[in-house]
Amino acid sequence: MNRGVRMVLFAASGVMLFGILLWGLRGLPPLGHYHGPYGDVLNSVAVYERHATDVVSAVNFDYRGFDTLGEEFILFISVIGCTLLLRRQKGEGQGEGGSKDEDESSDRRAPSPSDATKVITIGLVGPLIVFGLYIVSHGQLTPGGGFQGGVILATAPLLVYLGGDFKTFQKIISHTLVELAEAGGALAYVAIGFAGYVIGQAFLKNVVPLGETGNITSSGTIILISLATGLEVAGGFVLLLHAFLEQTLETLGGQK
Amino acid sequence: MSFLPYFVAAWLFLAGLYGIITSRNFVHLIICLAVLQSSTYVLLLSIGYKWGGVPPVFAGAAVGTPAVDPVVQALMLTDIVVEATVVALLLSLAVQLHKHTRTLNPDDLEALEG
Repeated sequence: MNRGVRMVLFAASGVMLFGILLWGLRGLPPLGHYHGPYGDVLNSVAVYERHATDVVSAVNFDYRGFDTLGEEFILFISVIGCTLLLRRQKGEGQGEGGSKDEDESSDRRAPSPSDATKVITIGLVGPLIVFGLYIVSHGQLTPGGGFQGGVILATAPLLVYLGGDFKTFQKIISHTLVELAEAGGALAYVAIGFAGYVIGQAFLKNVVPLGETGNITSSGTIILISLATGLEVAGGFVLLLHAFLEQTLETLGGQK
Repeated sequence: MSFLPYFVAAWLFLAGLYGIITSRNFVHLIICLAVLQSSTYVLLLSIGYKWGGVPPVFAGAAVGTPAVDPVVQALMLTDIVVEATVVALLLSLAVQLHKHTRTLNPDDLEALEG
């Protein structure tokens, strides 16, 4: 379609859509006047019912745990799709234009990172992993949980890549181990869900003893699911990083 | 004033849609899709907001303190992470497209090729 015609069509329908959207949004309660009931009910009962002080995590991994399971599998499938699309295909990689001596020609090789970059990035890896584990394991107490902590954990190998090179990155991440972490995290979530059936309760019922509020072991299955999610998200994001970095380096190696 | 966040949400939605429709590059198009989607964040978080409400974390505050809605926040935080992986999936499609057709402009893709 011609660009001009497309713009005219968009202008007409866009104005209409904007008007209808605003008209519909006008019916919502004004900002700051939220009157529940779900949020208020959860805020008042979650701490007593689940012994979790972070109600957002309690909602995510317990009250609407089944939805989160679905969302987690969207993540899982996207990562699988990504690695599948970016896999090494016939005629790529070693054979195509990227022979050894060409790759090492001075004009194409990426400059080695400066010493300052190396020191800072490698020095940050340790604290970052500790911080990620802290965020994952305290999800039921303070803001955090598997999703946020998993992403933080996944950036640690990326820092190694920034400070070193792709070879080092590949060396420190064992591909099989990362894949196992991703799949194991997803499996553990489902397995915790089935634990409810085992003792004759509903799927994803919080069956583990709730512990003492404010303790790291409190909140029963919430913290367990949070740990499983952390494992899956961290594994998934490392797989994504690996797939894209490998692809980029191949394209750079294969092109003039 | 109390309507402003809803207006911003609708505006972001339209801005993202405009970007998608006029895009000349698939990477740009995917980012526009992310912009469009972020309008839902603004919308849902403003629905759950409460004047003077504390975050729905009762580690410091006592239970019973007025707090904002935790349900929409839980929706947002899973969606942000899931969206990142979906964007990665779309970007890898763009990578494949560029490999096969040597173009990223949607307008250059006229006929289906086997």
